[in-house]
Amino acid sequence: MKKQVSLSKEYAKGLWDQNPVFKQVLGMCPTLAVTVSAMNGIAMALATTFVLVFSSFIISLIRKLIPSQVRIASYIVIIATFVTIVDLVMRAQFPDLSKALGPYIPLIVVNCVILGRQEAFAAKNNPLRSVLDALGMGTGFMLALASLGGIREIIGSRTLLGMQVLPDAFEPWLVMILPAGAFLTLGLMMGFLNSLVERRKRRDEAAVLAQHMRTPAAAMLEGQEG
Amino acid sequence: MELILIFLSAALVNNFVLAYFLGICPFIGVSNKLSSAFPMGLATTFVMVLTAIVTWLIYHLILVPYHVEYLEYVSFILVVAALVQFVEMVIKKVSQPLYRALGIFLPLITTNCAILGLALFIVLKDYSFVESLFFGVGAGTGFTLAISIMAGIREELDLADIPKSFRGAPITLIVAGLLALAFMGFAGMITV
Repeated sequence: MKKQVSLSKEYAKGLWDQNPVFKQVLGMCPTLAVTVSAMNGIAMALATTFVLVFSSFIISLIRKLIPSQVRIASYIVIIATFVTIVDLVMRAQFPDLSKALGPYIPLIVVNCVILGRQEAFAAKNNPLRSVLDALGMGTGFMLALASLGGIREIIGSRTLLGMQVLPDAFEPWLVMILPAGAFLTLGLMMGFLNSLVERRKRRDEAAVLAQHMRTPAAAMLEGQEG
Repeated sequence: MELILIFLSAALVNNFVLAYFLGICPFIGVSNKLSSAFPMGLATTFVMVLTAIVTWLIYHLILVPYHVEYLEYVSFILVVAALVQFVEMVIKKVSQPLYRALGIFLPLITTNCAILGLALFIVLKDYSFVESLFFGVGAGTGFTLAISIMAGIREELDLADIPKSFRGAPITLIVAGLLALAFMGFAGMITV
């Protein structure tokens, strides 16, 4: 039996280490499509998290009952059921939001993040861990969507969450709210985050290296002086 | 004329990948080499056309008459999953190397949002049977076109000197953004 990671780590890994968008590059379609504004991104992430948490819970409960040949089909039916619930609730309660997100709400069914978590995690772990994992992934997804939506909204329409943040003198970049802007922004964001991570890694490596190198090098220097 | 417009609009103006962001996973995942990207596009097109036919029939002959439209998503996704299984078996039988090249991305056509998106758009836009067929063929052509162009560009990109942190997904997304910009040029052509 391999060592169990702590419950808090089970949640936290989705935030950054295994962030579904930035690290695993999953769930790209909704990420790119709905992030015209921060609000849309957050709503989309909330809907996705809801479906993810509940389907993880159900699937981890019945994971031993599902024959492995038909597991993918069973997962998808369970996910589709929860998506139908979300869609109907949103249509009744938030008609504007539902219209803005359009066909991307039903498309949560085929969001690879959800199916990926079921296959990689919920099918092998107990309900508590699966729910924590799902919550973590959902939060990570929300972080990605909210930041991407925020950046696109600020530059593309001068607002953030509907409030104007840039002065009128700033000419909005129309391209940011068009499809091309989504690809460009996400690509640049990922590259930038990668370079941050790499720089930190290099610094850590240099520090370790320096520590190891000092003794012989210092000895050599002293030897030369002597 | 109407039908040609639907075809062109789905293939170029409202390209599924570059304008609706459907099918991004295979678009990024399988676009390394032209030799696997093009067959992937064809397989997806094939599934799309079949999906267009079958889901139209199911929606208009079963779901609507019995007033169970809320089963839309569940039934559509099952149809797609079955069709993908079918295509997988055919490819495995016909061409082993291709089967291995496509690998995990073949079963993942099931979770290719372009397929389910197609089914949903057909219901949303209330297309007739023939219109759905043209829409399916157009969407598939658009997908094949986009993924093939992308693969061609990425083969060249392998030789380029890209900053280390931008290699892989980031540069692919940026290239996709430029492609999307290029495809915006079609926007004035047809208004649908």
